Amino acid sequence: MDIAQLQAYGYFILTTLLVIALYGYIYHLYSKKRDVDGVDYENYSNMALKDDISDAPVSAKSHDDKEK
Amino acid sequence: MVNRPLEYDYTITKMFMLTTIVLGIVGMLIGVILAFQLAFPNVNLIFGEGLAEYTNFSRLRPLHTDAVIFGFTLSGIFATWYYVGQRVLKVSMAESAILMFLGKLHFWLYLVVVAAVVVSLLAGVTTSKEYAEFEWPIDIAVVLVWVIFGASIFGLIGIRREKSLYISVWYYIATFIGIAMLYLFNNMEIPTMFATSAAGESGIGSWYHSVSMYSGTNDALVQWWYGHNAVAFGFTVPIVAMIYYFLPKESGQAIYSYKLSLLSFWGLMFVYLWAGGHHLLYSTVPDWMQTMGSIFSVILILPSWGSAINMLLTMKGEWQQVAASPLIKFMILASTFYMFSTLEGPIQAIKSVNAIAHFTDWIIGHVHDGVLGWVGFMIMAALYHMAPRVFKREIYSKSLMAAQFWIQTLGVVLYFTSMWIAGITQGMMWRAHDEFGNLAYSFIDTVTVLHPYYTIRGVGGLLYLVGFLMFAYNIYKTMSARPVEEHELQNASPMGA
Repeated sequence: MDIAQLQAYGYFILTTLLVIALYGYIYHLYSKKRDVDGVDYENYSNMALKDDISDAPVSAKSHDDKEK
Repeated sequence: MVNRPLEYDYTITKMFMLTTIVLGIVGMLIGVILAFQLAFPNVNLIFGEGLAEYTNFSRLRPLHTDAVIFGFTLSGIFATWYYVGQRVLKVSMAESAILMFLGKLHFWLYLVVVAAVVVSLLAGVTTSKEYAEFEWPIDIAVVLVWVIFGASIFGLIGIRREKSLYISVWYYIATFIGIAMLYLFNNMEIPTMFATSAAGESGIGSWYHSVSMYSGTNDALVQWWYGHNAVAFGFTVPIVAMIYYFLPKESGQAIYSYKLSLLSFWGLMFVYLWAGGHHLLYSTVPDWMQTMGSIFSVILILPSWGSAINMLLTMKGEWQQVAASPLIKFMILASTFYMFSTLEGPIQAIKSVNAIAHFTDWIIGHVHDGVLGWVGFMIMAALYHMAPRVFKREIYSKSLMAAQFWIQTLGVVLYFTSMWIAGITQGMMWRAHDEFGNLAYSFIDTVTVLHPYYTIRGVGGLLYLVGFLMFAYNIYKTMSARPVEEHELQNASPMGA
């Protein structure tokens, strides 16, 4: 097998894996609906809507930060 | 020392808002001059024979493209990053002296690079690579500016209060990484002073000249991988970042589907990078690469429309806001033009269509409905939204903004319709032949036929420039308009009559 053939197989396999990863991600989003912290993905829209510096974060970075 | 409550700090935003407007005027003014040069060649001598070297089409053309891409658009991206970044991460620039210093350094170094670019391009110093005309010393300075931009992004992310990154931040990060990768690889070049000719001469040419590390077809491939993805990561990704923040915020509506925004993001990242090959259809590039460029261009409709439809549906049940607010009109039309140009682009990338479209004015029309309708409208809308918040004053005039909207919309429509007709006429005339295969027309025949459309295009561009000057005036007057209270700035921007 010459280098061009290897490249072609490599490219095909990479594309297939990326397609699977992308569709897997879409399936994950719509089946789980919530991220690993238990926050509904749709709540993250509030990061733009409630963005004053005094507004409470949708999910604060740490407990200490929440106190600030 | 007075202990004041923490506030967002918009110092850097204001600096980049200024360059957005100034460089926008410069880039668009040169564009209008170029349009009229094509319609009326005497405009090449606008300042007489003596200065023709500096005012001819070929000298000004890179100044137009680079002023709009790297001046107006990039300044808009920086201005909105220093605004949106703080707000969605819920952290103020004032909290970090280092970030503040980096932000100022970012701005001033950027200005130095802009000055170097303007002087060198006017002097005719160029690498001759489209949208990558800068010689190596400027390239090094550009990389430095970009690294500082990256440090600002990741620095601000590092001290954030909000754990998750809002979708706009993902797009800003993609802009940073995408452009960094593209710019570095396409500008791999060897200064000629290091070169040795076949005859053994060394130190050839001026110290600032360089040659690309790639040659022939490889050079073309890297160039259009860069060129097309400069559109992706300069004109699409950061502008999507803006609309995902500014439209929901201005309208007070949550994004229609946050999940759709996430999957559109990864879809766009996955597909865009492979589409550049469509610039090289029917060239010496391997056939499979051309086909791949076409296919990925068509698939690109999906993630592009995913974002655009998400934005239009965000206004679901709230369409009265579009009628009431010229600011929302700008964003909705921007989103519509985004859908329109991301449908037109894939159509042009289909091989059989490209056989007619390639090298014609239809391509110029496509670029401009994207940049004038989508990029320009969105950046102006972003600045209109930010102005009352950074100056703590209402927008000077709503009616002036509305008039500007309609003048510019008419300008864009005149621009792309004239270029459609011109482009398809050109394409058909170049291909036309008699029964023996002799070409039916010579090049000058097309020039004669196209003259009215070139004039219409010039008028369209002029209308857009007039609208942009109205925008600049409106923002300038906003700085001394009626002061507003914090509670007026929650969603819809306060506007004077």
